[in-house]
Amino acid sequence: MACGTPHDMFSANPLWHNGPIPGGFYNFPGSKTAPLYSGAQRFHTPVTTGTSVLAIKCDGGVVIAADILGSYGSLARFRDLHRVHKINENTVLGVSGDYADFQHLQQIIEQKVISEQCLDDGFALKPRSLLCWLTRHLYYRRSRYDPLWTNFIVGGIQDGQPFLGTVDKLGTAYEDDHIATGYGAYIALPVMRDELAKAKQSGQPISKEDACKVLERCMTVLFFRDARSFPKYEMITLTEEGYEHHGTKTVKANWEIAHMVKGY
Amino acid sequence: MSSIGTGYDLSASQFSPDGRVFQVEYAHKAVENSGTVIGLRGKDGVVFAVEKLVTSKLYEPGANKRVFNIDTHVGMAVSGLISDARQIVETARSEAANYRAQYGTNIPLKYLNDRVSMYMHAYTLYSAVRPFGCSVIMGSYEADGPVMYMIDPSGVSYGYYGCAIGKAKQAAKTEIEKLKLADLSCKELVKEAARIIYMVHDELKDKQFELELSWVGQLSEGRHERVPPTVFAEAEKAARAAMEDESDSDTDEM
Repeated sequence: MACGTPHDMFSANPLWHNGPIPGGFYNFPGSKTAPLYSGAQRFHTPVTTGTSVLAIKCDGGVVIAADILGSYGSLARFRDLHRVHKINENTVLGVSGDYADFQHLQQIIEQKVISEQCLDDGFALKPRSLLCWLTRHLYYRRSRYDPLWTNFIVGGIQDGQPFLGTVDKLGTAYEDDHIATGYGAYIALPVMRDELAKAKQSGQPISKEDACKVLERCMTVLFFRDARSFPKYEMITLTEEGYEHHGTKTVKANWEIAHMVKGY
Repeated sequence: MSSIGTGYDLSASQFSPDGRVFQVEYAHKAVENSGTVIGLRGKDGVVFAVEKLVTSKLYEPGANKRVFNIDTHVGMAVSGLISDARQIVETARSEAANYRAQYGTNIPLKYLNDRVSMYMHAYTLYSAVRPFGCSVIMGSYEADGPVMYMIDPSGVSYGYYGCAIGKAKQAAKTEIEKLKLADLSCKELVKEAARIIYMVHDELKDKQFELELSWVGQLSEGRHERVPPTVFAEAEKAARAAMEDESDSDTDEM
């Protein structure tokens, strides 16, 4: 019988009639167990989003940058949205993905930091601990089929050493000396890798100023290539000297050659 | 004590015929056995000073602290049973955290005081529980200036310019009343507070004690924290010097 033709009195009953559907849930007659999440629809789309965050380890610290746009789909909706936050004296947190999910976590983290200060024992949350906690939380949420649609970069100083780590919405986490989220993972990461390789060849760790320049270049490239990016971005350094916000910078964009780009 | 043997002191949920709740009064006694704690509210902040009695030389220095952070902007100094006090601290912290989660701002001390004092009061109402054997002083520095409240075991609370609880509260109050609190800054208050604690300390009855000093005010940018080591050392030194001056003048008189 050809697929799609209606049954008639001449054709045989379809295979597996009244039986289990291959690949579907089957409820045994008389049993009360219903499949988990029976038909429940969950909201799985980010709403207000931030694009890439870039971060790089430098001599004695980390540099982290992200533009200040909150996109509403493709609409450039919020144009002064800060995506890199100081957590405490030795930790910064950059976020891409759903901003509301981030704000939810930010509230929890803020209370964690305060509760820890209250203990008055001279210890503060360290970046690796924050990353680990985020990993546990995000993995837990994705295991409940209810992920927080976020991608974090945690930077800071851990026991005198620069620290850089990331975790995505599934709870996948790793540490590296250069990390980019979102579109930046495709566009900016190779540029950062090149620069770090050059520094490695010279035998000198990349200086804070040079690291800032690398990220500046990457932000420019991203602004040209990433449709969800924005010319204004903020850059933050956290070194042994402390936390420094370099203010909101603007990409110097030159679109004069744009008319020569053809074929899209 | 008139209450003993009358049977009206067995429960916090029963009045005596002359209208008292003895369990609450006994709780007050627990506070009066403890080291003196004072709170001073000046023009630019609140200062806490604690006479922490050290009952054994075997304790580490700094053990069993009596000054606590409740939130970034709120401090609490306690007198009485330390374990009861820690329970109050926990409650206050969770109330402060709860307010922050709901409204996204620091809890105003007025509200925190309401919540904590109602909690303490609830423990004076039922036969199954006993009142808290501690009094607490809470202080904060808010947009319209410093604020300070004291709660006692009955759950009653008032706002204060200066207050004292514990063993030598009467002597401490007399000293506090001599100060022009509204004109004094935190820096000056720290010295006064340390001096008062050293002064009211009874060397004959309680040999060892540790001084605890904390503040919340303009100087600390609205955060409650222990005073910096240099300020602490200076205040303690001045307090000791003041004590020596006093004992010198005592001997002169003799």
